[in-house]
Order: sequence, then structure tokens, then C-alpha cells
Amino acid sequence: MNLTLKIWRQKGPQDKGQMVEYKVTDISEHMSFLEMMDVLNESLVAKDEVPIAFDHDCREGICGMCSLHINGEPHGPDRGITTCQLHMRTFKDGDTIYIEPWRAKAFPVIKDLVVDRMAFERIQQAGGYISVNTSGNTQDANAIPISKYNADLSMDAAACIGCGACVASCKNSSAMLFVAAKVSQFALLPQGKVEAKDRVLNMVAQMDLEGFGNCTNTGACEVECPKSISLENIARMNREYLKASII
Amino acid sequence: MSEILSSSIARKVAMALSALFLIIFLLIHLAVNLTSLFSADVFNQASHFMGTNPLIQFAMQPILIFGVVFHFVMGFVLELKNKKSRNVKYVNYNGAANASWMSRNMAISGGVILIFIVIHFLDFWIPELNTKYVLGDMSGMHGGEFRYFEELQHKFMSPVKVGVYVIAFILLALHLAHGFQSAFQSMGFNNKYTKFVKNLGTIYSIVIPLGFIIIALYHYFIQINH
Repeated sequence: MNLTLKIWRQKGPQDKGQMVEYKVTDISEHMSFLEMMDVLNESLVAKDEVPIAFDHDCREGICGMCSLHINGEPHGPDRGITTCQLHMRTFKDGDTIYIEPWRAKAFPVIKDLVVDRMAFERIQQAGGYISVNTSGNTQDANAIPISKYNADLSMDAAACIGCGACVASCKNSSAMLFVAAKVSQFALLPQGKVEAKDRVLNMVAQMDLEGFGNCTNTGACEVECPKSISLENIARMNREYLKASII
Repeated sequence: MSEILSSSIARKVAMALSALFLIIFLLIHLAVNLTSLFSADVFNQASHFMGTNPLIQFAMQPILIFGVVFHFVMGFVLELKNKKSRNVKYVNYNGAANASWMSRNMAISGGVILIFIVIHFLDFWIPELNTKYVLGDMSGMHGGEFRYFEELQHKFMSPVKVGVYVIAFILLALHLAHGFQSAFQSMGFNNKYTKFVKNLGTIYSIVIPLGFIIIALYHYFIQINH
């Protein structure tokens, strides 16, 4: 298939940037979206032009590196997938596709479609962990009774790959689904309860400090999340936060 | 404490609490207004009670004013902050793909409701305060009869006013359609009863505005038929 691509080009963080139009031809419907980008980049290199910078790593939907705001939605029109799992068969011959970087003040553009997502790292460092020594004589995790129900909910929350699609889709650029997933995965387990109070207070404080917007419960994040992280986690984070601030 | 009050979640909860207060207020307001459909006497009695009872006038009314002002001011403060958190806009942003119009445009529906409330204050509340507390007439009487029902009917004589009223309440319905369940989610309520809350919110967001609209249309049409 032949496609028209309108892609955000920006030389560096200080550059103003603009949308640039490219044409690609003979794209196979079996290609992933990133493979289509590779084909475009090879043609640019062949013409001695600067290839388009975009994030990617594992290309199997688990690392959380690939981003891209495609035709107005993070990771494109399909649900529950990352951009590397988006196939070109989703599009039609002759389509025009808009490709933009994640847009949020807390995710500044580094180059072209690559944004700086270190804000997520700093939120994680503020409390997204449990303090356990792994000295070799660590207690067997199965020695602590955990209900299957909570273990499953925790696992669902831990599926978050920190890609930032929640921020990118949110009209408020809110990071609450990400932070809620990280708070929830520990809040649901006995090992996480010890530091639960500091965790939620510190992670939310860091989230606010990074300049993310405030959640208005539109639910866009849940729809666009490649791992389908539920809004229930945001409610749980709100409960955890209220519990930690009031009691 | 100031840290807690400036946090994003505390603000969400504050929005939700003021919203729930206003939701309860709307229910009471509608209940009083509905009496005007079947009995001018009952409406007069209820209005006189609401307008002169010291507990309602000097305790509930100031709380209500504070709740309304707080909800609007905080709502617009948050909206501005949220707008600023995306300093470069998308060229192509398909908001309808993943969220309802209602949830994405609370500021617009809220703005229309604000305009309506300002009109309502100028039209009803300020004259009422003037009569009662400036002129000192607490009797609620005019020409030997209670004035409330007659004043209500007078307000729904103009088709323009009724039109504005109906539009404002349609926007209120849209605001509530998202706001009701959103308030519960903000306060951390998300469990097996969430489906019930969502359904209740949908029913509430239709029934309450529709009640107000029916009252306006009823009084308009019985007057043009006379």
C-alpha cells in the first residue's frame, strides 16, 4: 500500500519543530508500524537525509519504549497494544497518517518523535519499590499468605510498562494511571503495606512536581493503555492517599 | 497541611465533595419547585419556609454559596493548570476516540451553568435579599397573598427566558452525566457497587434537569393558554 505520512520533525529540544510530509510506497500490510518507519528511514538515509528519530527496543510489546501518537491516539487506533504491535493492515491504501511525539510539559521532546520520560523514573524513585534486602537468605515469597484475588489485581497493575500513553492520551496530560498502577501493585500485597503511606505521599508529590496535569476521570488513559490498566487503580490510589494524609 | 491542600488528589477530592453537596442541593431545590406543578399553596408554604427559616437562611445558604463559588473557582483553576501541562498541542488529537464529550468538556458545560447561575442570582436571589433584608419585608406577602407562586409564574412568561433555562439545564444534564460518577471515583469509590453508582448517575443526570425543564415549560404553556 501507498501512504502519506505527516511526521513531526524537530532537530533538538530548543528547535521549534514542524510537521513534514513524506510518501511511502509498497508497504506490506503484514509490517508492523515500526517496520514501516524503518522502510521510510532507509529511504531517507539513501537520499542522504537525516532519518527520523523514534523510540523502540524490544518490538514485542513489553519494554514500553515505543511511543508515537498516531492519527490522534497513542499507539494508534487499535486497543491494548503498543506501537510495535500495530500492524499496517489497520490502515488503508492511500491513507494519510499523522505521527507525533507524546505531548506533555513533563515529557519534553529530545528529537523528532523521541521524548524524555525521565519524569516517570523520578516518580518511581520517590517510592515505587519495597525496601527488602536480597542477601541470599531472603524469605520465600510463598511463605506469606496472599489471597489469589489480590495477587491477581496486583499483577494486573504491575503489567504497566511505563510507556506514557496514559499521559499522551489524557486531555490534562495527567500521569495518574501510571502512578496509580505503581502504587496499587504494592498496596495490594502484604510486602507493600509496610511503606504504603510514604510511598503514596511521595510518589504523588513527585508527580505534581513534574508538572503533570490533574485527573478528571475521562477514562481516556484506560482505553489507550497497551496493558489495559484499569481506572480502579486510580480510585485505589486516591483511597491510599486519603488514608495516608488523614490518618 | 498546605502541602496536602495543594496536592492534585486533595483538589480532586475537594471538587468531588463540593459536587456531592451541590448534587444534594439540586435534589432539594427540585423537590420544592415540583410542588408548583400541583399546588400553588404548597409551593408558597415551602418557599416561605425555605426563605425565612433561620437555619436555612443563615447556616445552609452561606454554605451553599461557598460550595458553589468553591466548585467553580477550583474547577477553573484546575482547568487552567491542566491546559498548561500540555504546552505544545497535538496537530491531530482524536479525543472522541477514547473519552465521552461530557467528560472532555466539563469546563464548557460548567461555564454555561455558571452563566445561568449569575442570571439566576440577578433575577431571583438579589431581589429576594433586597425584599427581605434591605426593605425588611419578611412577610412573603404581596397584596394580601403569598407572592412566591406569582413570582415564579412571572419568571416563565418570556419564551427567551424559558429557552435559556432549558439550554442551561441540558448542559447541566451533560455535566452531571460525567460528574456524578466522577465524584465517586475521585473519592476512591470503585468496587462492586460502581456499576450501580454509574447507573444512578445516569438516571440522576436525566431526571433532575428534566424535572426543572418540565416545571419551566409547564408554567410557560399554562400562561400562554390563558
